[in-house]
Order: sequence, then C-alpha cells, then structure tokens
Amino acid sequence: MIASLIDVNVNLSRWPFRRLLQDEPSHLVSKLREHHVGQAWAGSFDGILHKDIAASNERLMHDCHQFGHGILAPFGVVNPMLPDWEEDLRRCHEDYKMRGIRLYPNYHGYKLDNPVFAKLLRAAAGCHLVVQLAVMMEDQRTQHPLMQIGPVDLEPLPSLLNQIENLRLILLNCFQPYNLQVISKLATTGKVCFDTSTLEGVGGIENLLKHIPSRYLLFGSNAPLFYFESALLKLKESFLSDDEKKFISSENARRLIE
Amino acid sequence: MIWDLHCHIATVPGRTPDERMARFIEFADRMGIERLCIYMGQHWSRDPSPEDMRLQNDEVLQALSHWHHRAFGFVYLNPKHVEASLREIDRCIANGPMVGVKLWVAQKCNAKELDPIVEAAAKLKAVIFQHTWLKAAGNDAGESSPADLAELAARHPEATFICGHSGGDWERGLRTIRASKNIYTDLAGFDPTAGVTEMAVRELGAQRVLYGSDAGGRSLASQLGKVTGATISEHDRKLILGGNLKRLLTPILKQKGVAL
Repeated sequence: MIASLIDVNVNLSRWPFRRLLQDEPSHLVSKLREHHVGQAWAGSFDGILHKDIAASNERLMHDCHQFGHGILAPFGVVNPMLPDWEEDLRRCHEDYKMRGIRLYPNYHGYKLDNPVFAKLLRAAAGCHLVVQLAVMMEDQRTQHPLMQIGPVDLEPLPSLLNQIENLRLILLNCFQPYNLQVISKLATTGKVCFDTSTLEGVGGIENLLKHIPSRYLLFGSNAPLFYFESALLKLKESFLSDDEKKFISSENARRLIE
Repeated sequence: MIWDLHCHIATVPGRTPDERMARFIEFADRMGIERLCIYMGQHWSRDPSPEDMRLQNDEVLQALSHWHHRAFGFVYLNPKHVEASLREIDRCIANGPMVGVKLWVAQKCNAKELDPIVEAAAKLKAVIFQHTWLKAAGNDAGESSPADLAELAARHPEATFICGHSGGDWERGLRTIRASKNIYTDLAGFDPTAGVTEMAVRELGAQRVLYGSDAGGRSLASQLGKVTGATISEHDRKLILGGNLKRLLTPILKQKGVAL
C-alpha cells in the first residue's frame, strides 16, 4: 500500500469524444480518495479545444476549489497561439496561484522549434511554474477520423532545454513504442520528468529504470480518460525497491513543487 | 481467478523461450494471474512461411514445456498456407497440448482459405483468435477488421471466435460484432481507455467479454486495470477475468484430459 500518492496527470470537464465515468469532478475525487491519492494535478479537457482559455482556467480553478477536498491542484492551460497568451499565464501565476501550467502543442498547432514555445517556457520558468506538456492524448489509430492529431515531435527539445534556466518540465502521456531514445536523451538534461500513464510493456517501470534514473519518473494516470487502476497496478507489476516506489509515487512530484 | 487470454513471449526479456517464460510467470505471479495463453514465437513474422510457422509454434511448445499447469498454447497459422496450417493444427492441437488457433495479419479472415482451418479447429473444439483492428488511417494489407471476422463467423456458426483487441477502435468494433453470438471480444492491446469494459458488457453481455493483456508488449497491469477499474458487477468482473475463458476452454481441455 502506498501511503499517499501524487497523481500528476488528471483531467476535469468533458472529453470531447465520449462521456467518461468520472468526468464530474466529485466522481473523480471519490475515485482518487478510494485509492489514497493525496494530491492530483488537474488540467482541463476544455483547454484542448476551447479558444476561451481564460474561462476554461477559471472553471478549472473553481471546480478544484469546490470539489477537490484539498486533493485537486489546478494546472491551467496556456495556448501560445492565442493572442495575449501572456495574460493567461499571468492569471495562472498571480491570480490563481497555480503551481503549474499544461500545454497541448499538437492540439494548439505549434511545434517545439517555434520561438514562441521557447518564450513561453522562459516565462513559466521565470514564474517558477511547473510546465506540463501533453505529448498525446490518445492513440492516433483510434482517433476520430476528422480529428487526426499526431504525437508531439520531441526532437527539438533537448537542445532547447539547455538554453532555459530553472525550468521544470513534465512530459505527460509521452511513452510510445519507439521513442525511448529521445526520452533517454531528455532525461540526461536533468530538467525533464515523465509520467507513467502511457508506459507499457510487462514490467514497464522496472524496464524503463534501466534507461532513466527513478528521480525523473512520476506517477500519472491520465484519469478519467484512462482507468485509474491501470496506472496504479503498474506500481505492483514492476519489481521496485521501497525507495523507487516512494520516489515515483509521490516524492519526485513533491520535490518539483517545493 | 485471472486467466490472461493474450500473451506473447517475444516481448519478454530472455534469450530462450524457457527464460522468457520463467520471467513471464514471475510477472504473472505479481499480478495474481493464474494462467496465460501464449501465441507466436520469439521473432514474429507477419506473413510466416510454413517453416517459420513451425519454428514459432515449436518455440511456444518449448515455452509451455515446464508450465503446463500455468499456461496454454494457441497455434499460430497463416491461411496463405492452408495445407501447412492444417498440419500444424494436427501437430500442435490434435496431437499436442495447444488449445486454440491464432491468426494475425497475413490474410484477411473473410477469405475462403480460412474455411478448412476453421472447420478443423472447430472439430477439435479449439477456439479461434483473430487479430482485428479498425485504424483511422486504414488497416494494413491483410489486416482484418471486426466486420471481416463477423463474415467468417457467420459462415461457421459451430465455431468459437475471439475478436482480438475488440477492433482497437472499440466503440466501432463492439457494435460490429454485437449480433454475432459466436464471437467473443478480447480487451487486450490498446490503451486503457475508460468505458471499454462497460460498453462491452452492455452491448455483448459479460459472458462474451474476455480479459487479455497482449503482454509483454503491453503491460499486464495497464490492461488488467480495464477490468478491475470498470464499473460493473463483481459477478461480471469474475466472468471477464477468467470465468468465460475457462468455460470456453473446458471442452478441449476435458478432451485432452487436463484437470482444472
């Protein structure tokens, strides 16, 4: 039994393509409490496609406060393709006192070599905000045929990270069958962590730890889009030391926001 | 009781089938999985020659050799080689320990070449697992869809089929096989997207839904979470985790004198 988990990857509001069993915040919080989650970093599905990001972030803030029972920590969405995105970032930081923000480059239409992305990372790092970047949300093979969104190309990232001081970046939903090389390279920068939500393979966590140090791995479920239990059981499937389990399930995340 | 319908040794660490299988059992033990169904060998071929089919099935037989109390084998066949496939059914099922047939992507399963293979398998009470997908960008050549399987199943009402991956795009896949009562669905090998198990139970009935992982490529855990995390009755959960597969395999296991 893990004493108190930190789930760095949950979502509020409605997934655009189906209703989810825990897409009411109170239902999600019940599920998280059932499994001893002490803290969950919540983005909003609305931020993926909505253009009024400011309203989406305001609702996220409200829902986390009203239904979160102290568990939900809001991570507002910033879309640097929208005019005056700097104001969204400012509100997340100053008005809402959020601990971090969430980015969806592939849904918002920019690549990681776009200068505005570097500008956003610098600004977030300057505010001491954790930056979460969702590499993908669902398997492209099963996406709606009119909405085909490929995973974010991470290749520009390693060289960019070396230019930005004090950045704390988390890649969400980042594991794919053929991207271990770039993940390993990113881990060597010391500025990136990875969540476990899309990590697959039998004994997936212990296999990954042969390539990246455990301090860069964070427990993430991508609930309620994914079954929360799928993430939880991965901690049991792999042969992990008590320390590894503790770091992955909570301590690494805690370190990022201290 | 948890029985995993869908396992491969190719993606488990190890130099030999024996090493891979021993490792697989360690992971299964951690997850409380009692039985594994194993198909295909150490190095896959999408369109195996008769020799390669035989090699891959030999590797599965070797993997099973110390684990008959924990694992079952499905014989891997290629309908492009009907005679060789029938010989493998004889060798591995009729005269060997295997209990099912695995068909992958060499040829679409609605082709007439499948008919003698299905007839031979049904005669032995072996279940037939067919990989299916519904890829947004289009399936690969030779890759079956759930509709292809429904067509085959309609021609063979006496046979038992399993729709691999529920078609991947499960919201469409489950609808496609809904009316085909001799098709069961496999929950393995796609992201643990919430709602799949609930929809499968709602549309097919829990008795037609089977837990599988597609490990070692997939995580036993991530796929098991689709069932343990689903909002369904405990009765239905037990059926999906192992009861249904045990029921499907009981006739052939009895025939082989395997005590359960």
